Amino acid sequence: MNLRAVGAIYKVEMARFFRTLAQSFISPVISTSLYFVVFGTAIGSRIDQVEGISYGAFIVPGLIMLTVMTQGISNASFGIYFPKFIGTFYELLSAPINFLEIVVGFAGAAATKALFIGLVILATSAFFVDLTILHPMAMLAFLVLTCISFSLFGFIIGIWARNFEQLQLIPLLVVTPLVFLGGSFYSISMLPPFWQGVSFFNPVVYLISGFRWAFFGTSDVPIGLSLLAIAGFTTLCLAIVWWIFRTGWRIRT
Amino acid sequence: MTTIVEIDDLKKVYDGGFEALKGVSLDIREGEILALLGPNGAGKTTLISTVCGITNATSGSVRVGGHDIVTDFRAARAMIGLVPQEISLEPFETVIRAVRYSRGLFGCKRDDAHIEKVLRDLSLWDKRNAKTMELSGGMKRRVLIAKALSHQPRVLFLDEPTAGVDVELRRDMWKVVAELKASGVTIILTTHYIEEAEAIADRVGVIAKGELLLIEEKTALMARMGRKTLDIELTDPVETIPASLSGYELEIVQDGAALRYSYDTNADRTGITKLLSDLSGAGLQMSDLQTRQSSLEEIFVDLVADNGKEEAA
Repeated sequence: MNLRAVGAIYKVEMARFFRTLAQSFISPVISTSLYFVVFGTAIGSRIDQVEGISYGAFIVPGLIMLTVMTQGISNASFGIYFPKFIGTFYELLSAPINFLEIVVGFAGAAATKALFIGLVILATSAFFVDLTILHPMAMLAFLVLTCISFSLFGFIIGIWARNFEQLQLIPLLVVTPLVFLGGSFYSISMLPPFWQGVSFFNPVVYLISGFRWAFFGTSDVPIGLSLLAIAGFTTLCLAIVWWIFRTGWRIRT
Repeated sequence: MTTIVEIDDLKKVYDGGFEALKGVSLDIREGEILALLGPNGAGKTTLISTVCGITNATSGSVRVGGHDIVTDFRAARAMIGLVPQEISLEPFETVIRAVRYSRGLFGCKRDDAHIEKVLRDLSLWDKRNAKTMELSGGMKRRVLIAKALSHQPRVLFLDEPTAGVDVELRRDMWKVVAELKASGVTIILTTHYIEEAEAIADRVGVIAKGELLLIEEKTALMARMGRKTLDIELTDPVETIPASLSGYELEIVQDGAALRYSYDTNADRTGITKLLSDLSGAGLQMSDLQTRQSSLEEIFVDLVADNGKEEAA
């Protein structure tokens, strides 16, 4: 494996992140604070506890998941799309590296950024609510796996996209609705039975539920199913990446 | 001389059915400068892109330093540096970091001394901390060359290196290429500027419509295919060519003030001595004589035109 190449890609991508640290760091802190002000304080004060947890604390796992999923996708998709857009992709194709190394470099950096932002939100939320994490290792594992899988997903979108509109299409039309309807701000059990049934077709429900279990020990779906969902999603993304690697789809003419 | 790049029956058919390479075979010798000439769409860039791993070949094989570009791609690509036709650089990156990044991609350990040498050789050292978007077009092209040289390649592909570059910078670039050759790097360049090939190449290959029409030593090519013209300036202008000179296929030029005779430099007899004698016999008096050798450009145009005619036939 060409580890130096992986390191070079990773460093350049991380440098881009730190170059735009204001956007990278301050914007999630501000938006998280706004969520807590609106949902936690203004609306949350009128909501009873959800499954024995104060509403402000209840939304923390969902909020973190919402951000890391969208950040993972946007960082990875932009990271790989940008060289295609400006024409520097030739350098990746002509270097002695294979596609897997390219993926590790780009998706690894995107996952790191998403993880960093996820932890920033976690730290920010501690200023607004009392948080206890019952299963810290499981929480970290869920967080890291989600960052990796959604960065892989973002990488696939970046390879697929032919323009900036397409780059935004799936995150806006598919991912954001799924995440919002995946129980980020509510428990699935609060929905009418029909919509509960519909929600179980939403893969994000399993991820948020599992992540919330790591915090509070309660979940909408069994933890085993959540683990299966995240493992399944990661495997699917890896399979698509492998196929792209085999065929050179939208990479090599 | 050792062969460093072996291209064997390379074919490339794009998805739409366009046949960009129709079985190109070519051996590139270590240490030479090979210029590939050809009109737009001839297949020059496809050929380079395939060797460098950017485009997949439909069939055929390429070996670089004995390494197959598909089965042993890491070893093959490690030997190659590529300067693309388009100026493509990460706009927000500084020059030195962009060059270091390229070196890293090739799996090489950081070597600041080498990077400094490359940047100094290309007159970029003073601009090392400038963002690439702040540089002029010529400077950006130099950065592309610096990136391609960052991992000390043995073979350098330059795809239209001086396209859109002013004359002074073009000559600077030729100097850089000559220095690289002196350091043992094999250079393959594609160009539209025939004078470029004429000025710096050791061998010239002509590509048209996906086929390599010829590949030959530049000097031998010019000697073999070069035609010379002799302009005979006359003391008194003429309106018609005397009948006694009709066998020479002379051309009236300069409004009758001169006659032009074309001849093959490689022919056993050029016919000049007899022509001069016959001119005198026809009562024409010469005031001056001038000879001119056809340039590579004229040779190239003739070749491509001949190829077009053959295809049409």
